[in-house]
Amino acid sequence: MALKGLDIFKLTPKTNCKECGNPTCMAFAMKAAQGSVPIEKCPYLSDDAKAKLSEATAPPMKSLKIGVNETEHTIGGETVLFRHDKTFVSKNLYAVNVCASCVDEKLKEIENVDYERIGERMYVELINLVYEGDKDAYVELVNKTLNKGRVLILDCECVDAARAALDVCADAKPILNGANEENYEQMNALAVEKKVVLGVRAKDIDALYDTVAKIEALGNKELVLDVTGSSIKEAFANAVQVRRAAIKDKDRTFGYPSIINAAALAKDDINMQTALASVFTLKYGSIIIMQSMSYAQALPLYGLRQNIYTDPQKPMKVEPGIYPINGADENSVCCTTVDFALTYFLVSGELERSGVPVNLLISDSGGYSVLTAWAAGKLSASSIAKFIKEFDVENKIKNRVLILPGKVAVLKGEVEEKLPDWKIIIAPNEAVSIVKYFKELEV
Amino acid sequence: MGFKRSPQTFSAKVNAVTIGTGEKAVTIGGENVFPLYSFDAPIENKPKIGVQISDRGYNNAVAGIAEYYKGAENFVDMAKKAALMPGADFLVLSFESANPDAENTSVEECAALAKEIAEAVDMPIVVEGCKNKEKDAKLFDKIAAALEGKNSLFLSAQEENYKEIAASAGLAYKHKVGAESAVDINLAKQLNVLINQMGVAGENIVMNLGSAAAGYGFEYVASTMDRVRSAALSQNDTMLQMPVITPVSDEAWSVKESIVSQEEFPQWGSMEQRGVSMEISTAAACLAAGSNAVILRHPESIATISKLISAMCDKEGN
Repeated sequence: MALKGLDIFKLTPKTNCKECGNPTCMAFAMKAAQGSVPIEKCPYLSDDAKAKLSEATAPPMKSLKIGVNETEHTIGGETVLFRHDKTFVSKNLYAVNVCASCVDEKLKEIENVDYERIGERMYVELINLVYEGDKDAYVELVNKTLNKGRVLILDCECVDAARAALDVCADAKPILNGANEENYEQMNALAVEKKVVLGVRAKDIDALYDTVAKIEALGNKELVLDVTGSSIKEAFANAVQVRRAAIKDKDRTFGYPSIINAAALAKDDINMQTALASVFTLKYGSIIIMQSMSYAQALPLYGLRQNIYTDPQKPMKVEPGIYPINGADENSVCCTTVDFALTYFLVSGELERSGVPVNLLISDSGGYSVLTAWAAGKLSASSIAKFIKEFDVENKIKNRVLILPGKVAVLKGEVEEKLPDWKIIIAPNEAVSIVKYFKELEV
Repeated sequence: MGFKRSPQTFSAKVNAVTIGTGEKAVTIGGENVFPLYSFDAPIENKPKIGVQISDRGYNNAVAGIAEYYKGAENFVDMAKKAALMPGADFLVLSFESANPDAENTSVEECAALAKEIAEAVDMPIVVEGCKNKEKDAKLFDKIAAALEGKNSLFLSAQEENYKEIAASAGLAYKHKVGAESAVDINLAKQLNVLINQMGVAGENIVMNLGSAAAGYGFEYVASTMDRVRSAALSQNDTMLQMPVITPVSDEAWSVKESIVSQEEFPQWGSMEQRGVSMEISTAAACLAAGSNAVILRHPESIATISKLISAMCDKEGN
């Protein structure tokens, strides 16, 4: 049962000592009720009260860390079913299947896709190691894939082989994805001993629930749930029902991140795996396992993920700077717009389609769209002039034509005053008109 | 012990809207659950796929599309081939050439073509305009007259031209009206109300809530659809219960990822495969967010999305 702020307040010392970092005990109680501060922050609660409260105020879905140092990732910790209710917090991660016979070729493919998009590194974060029945080959596979900058998933239901693999890689904090209805006691003991996250699977959602409950009873709550099942329909039903039970119905037994094996659901059908990965990015995969990750797959999938895991309260921004488009150089014209990612992508995409070399100047405008930035004073003649100076545009670019967004045509006079050497012209209002405008532009 | 299921079914429903006539007519919407939640209740009508062709042809078409329409000499030929596309449920005719900035084809010419196509194929027809609001109003009026009795869907009526389109396509010729708004629940509702006040029943409206390719602001599309569907089902908001159609192909095939050549970005690999992948990813995400129909272009994307819809909605074992 969820506790209200007032219930928690009654258990606090009501001294407003501020030791928990909050101004008053009431403020602490309200935050604790929402799950945004852990109850342990108050040093004066009795152990009894703490036990009672930590159970009731624990977040509905466990947040787990996998990997170490630069490969460390957080999964889970979601508090809402729909991003507009607040935000999603831990982006889904991608794994690619690797087996003993294909490891060299696959590693090359995995390492090939590695790029940056709006300040985020896009790459395959995990490697899923498929156990094929040969323990020695499996250990060798672990050795080959360890220290490649990715977290390992040991996809292995054989306790003996899993132990041998963990003897090699436990320190790198892999996921041991291999507990099922039959072997859960031994697998759990192994995961606890090696201090790694345990993946649990079962023949259906009821068996999964019971198995998780049994493992929890053994004291382990470092779990991920492999909800893949035997069909696409079942996987989707499992993923949604597990997440919904945790978040909406507060059923903690299902309050764990999920694994979806798209490679198993659509073996060798790469297009279908792309479709599935997209569906599970929206609804509710924490780790998605693919057979491959080519650029063709990565470009839409990582872009989609970046969109969905954007905090609705914080707009996506691109870095301010000079972006040469279509091979623009110092003799090409300049045009400027805001750093709101959506605006940037629309404008730069249309500019690329026009084929005309242009230097796109992106200034810091707080991540707002053109009109909003203008209204908020973040896009003004001064901000444009300041950008030109700060980024040393006049020394880097010889051309003295600057094109302003059509929606802020009113700035023309002021910009002319601040930048007397420049010829200021006005672009169309909408990005759709850019191609035609630039093709016909004569300056 | 055991998992206690708590299905989320609602007493409210998404409107079921039928497009086309006869055996090939398609019905979209009708469900009382969140998108694709067939484990909560059966999906009344599974999502449908439109195959899009343009009257400007696809001169620069990628190989897979060019190959499919090989031998088609004109728009009517293309339509006949498109009508046989495996996995497609309806035909989407895009009259891009009518745009004053393109060939500025006359509305009479477009209407004559539409009529010829409607007589040659038995698939339901969705008509797309030329993205010029003024011209679309005139264009849809003529095409609606030419397609009278075909129960087509017109995409789209927007804030600036809904009056003409609702009066003509919706009321005079009894077609379905597509209401297009820009990824905002309030704008969507307002436009539905306005079209409804013109006399077009809510049951004859289909919404286009706006679209974006994966990676290009798709969060707005997803959240708008989430909120619209939630208002339709849990608050029984009758002015948001229209089914949703999303044109995916126009966006998916115009982003950088789909148009930069392999020569320019060797590492990225085949341009065609990138475009297909972008179309598939965007369409699958739209369906998960709540589209009742998606508009696609490439045969490979249509095949995959069709398979996905069946896998999600058909009863096990089918």
